[in-house]
Amino acid sequence: MDWTDQGIVLSARRHGESSVILSLLTEHHGRHAGVVRGGQSRRRRGVLQPGNLVAASWRARLEEHLGQYTVELEFGYAARVFDRADRLAALSSLCATLDECLAEREQHESLFTMTLRIIAALEQGPFAARYAEWELALLSELGFGLDLTSCAATGVVDDLVYVSPRSGQAVSKAAGEPYHDKLFRLPSFLREGGNATGRDILDGLRLTEYFLNRHVFQPQGRRLPDARERLHGLLRKAVENNRLDLDG
Amino acid sequence: MQEIERLIQLLARLPGLGPRSARRAALHLIKKPDTQMEPLARALAAAAAAIRTCSTCGAIDTTDPCAICVNPERDKSQLCIVEEVADLWAIERTGSFPGRYHVLGGRLSALDGIGPEDLNISSLVARISAEGISEVILATNLTVDGQTTAHYITERLEPTGVDVTRLAHGVPVGGELDYLDDGTLTAALRARRPL
Repeated sequence: MDWTDQGIVLSARRHGESSVILSLLTEHHGRHAGVVRGGQSRRRRGVLQPGNLVAASWRARLEEHLGQYTVELEFGYAARVFDRADRLAALSSLCATLDECLAEREQHESLFTMTLRIIAALEQGPFAARYAEWELALLSELGFGLDLTSCAATGVVDDLVYVSPRSGQAVSKAAGEPYHDKLFRLPSFLREGGNATGRDILDGLRLTEYFLNRHVFQPQGRRLPDARERLHGLLRKAVENNRLDLDG
Repeated sequence: MQEIERLIQLLARLPGLGPRSARRAALHLIKKPDTQMEPLARALAAAAAAIRTCSTCGAIDTTDPCAICVNPERDKSQLCIVEEVADLWAIERTGSFPGRYHVLGGRLSALDGIGPEDLNISSLVARISAEGISEVILATNLTVDGQTTAHYITERLEPTGVDVTRLAHGVPVGGELDYLDDGTLTAALRARRPL
């Protein structure tokens, strides 16, 4: 068994004295692990940083074996965000979230494309709103997409400003007003795209955090990675200090 | 024979040694009991009895506080933050840093679930205010986890008003540009300075 594919490094765990078990989000083979011999060497360690794009060849005697990877760096995204705390936190959060929530060897081609796009966006320009959109897309990819097209109570398609924590469906302003303290605020950029304020971004992250926890992490007895909490904290601080690089 | 097997088992657990090389090392020791085995056994026992972790900086020494912390010739205004004792030894080998150190005992890691409470960060914040330190040099590794740790410490030290610097990143001595990875070259270009 062998194949060659592109992959985004999600994690590299030490294995023995010199090898690592590499977890990649590949374009055509989903999240796939394999051993990299000599992966702890000085030369390889830089390549195997989370977020880097690599060309990977996987080989095993049988398909169900862990197998071995040989990897070559295609683009070193990680080093480009080392200087920026919020972007580095976003990169760590994204890789840790994918590593923990994706089933192994399940194809997610569109998720690979979306993830590569957000990682590229981390290098420069606004990224926080794109990150919230990516989490929304991740929920959808995992089969827990939110229905933001019509109101859960009345069926109307306009003026949708809340999301029901119970159904994950949008709620209109009129129908949701009496229960506004029990509903999530739906920022318009998640429904229609366009500009996002700092508050919109934090609302978006709160929304996706709740549903990721409820549908993906809590059923497995886990919680969102620490890196995700750190990202949320950094963005909250940036919004409070008016330092967030906003979209538009 | 049981003692020899036990010796081989223990040697095989050391980094760089497997069962075969442990057997070879054991045989070597056995052949030279006076010059190799007994001095090694005494040195191991003495080190095990004497080694302490410095309660001030987290380094390893035979005294607590360690020799670096109590050395009056060290610059007390500079503090270098490293992940592990091995990093401290690496900087000490250069002989180019006159200040003192603080060993974190690891790095923040999303993968391994290592959070700030697992590292010597609270004691660092306490040291800054108690010891009148004016510059903190972050010498964490240039990895995602190392840099995340550096940013976290910067954030934690913000209220103290201390100057926070970090090691430069770029072309190593003897490095040829053609063989460098693009991450290192990008970092080197960003950190360029007038000649």
